[in-house]
Amino acid sequence: MANTLIFIAISITLLSLLISLYRFIAGPEKANRIIAFDVMSVSTIALIAFISVLNKRIIYLDVALIYGILGFIGVLIIARYIEKGL
Amino acid sequence: MSENNWNEIIGGFIAIGGSLFLLLGSIGLVRMPDAYNRIQAGTKASTLGTILSLTGIIFIFPDWFGKLLLLILFVLITNPVSSHVLARAAYYTKVPLTGITKVDKLKETLEVEESRKAHLKKVRIQKEEE
Repeated sequence: MANTLIFIAISITLLSLLISLYRFIAGPEKANRIIAFDVMSVSTIALIAFISVLNKRIIYLDVALIYGILGFIGVLIIARYIEKGL
Repeated sequence: MSENNWNEIIGGFIAIGGSLFLLLGSIGLVRMPDAYNRIQAGTKASTLGTILSLTGIIFIFPDWFGKLLLLILFVLITNPVSSHVLARAAYYTKVPLTGITKVDKLKETLEVEESRKAHLKKVRIQKEEE
């Protein structure tokens, strides 16, 4: 039962990732693309946590944490790059 | 049904609610007219959606409480920071606002600061001439 509910949640999250991928591709400026990348990287944390529930492995949560840290640092660096240049 | 099973069902529904918030955030990301509105819609909704999803997983596996709490705190701290940096970069690179924007407080503040700096520079030049 719980696996079915988590599967539904995974499919809804994948749909939201696809919708924000549209903004990532079609965004008119650099800023819009980074906003879409930020939203996608935060959604992917939830997606990896769902996958860890399906496989019943706690080690995947560490993967989610590292992914979140790398996405956060990437967003910060790219935003500074747009603002002032490297 | 045992108690454990009910916990799993409640957690699954909370997780589905969180993923619905993620879906709403991405729909807002597509439909909003402006980069700043997109920052609002995307970041707030995705923060709440991720926190709700991880809370649902706490209901399913209570043993994983520590690491999930760490993830929740991480998302809660870093997401406003990244949205603030994004809005700042977007404003200073002059990404256009929508046509229906009426109040732009930051522009007024920047104009006041510019005029004050210009005034100070003029005063300093006058003193040096004397």
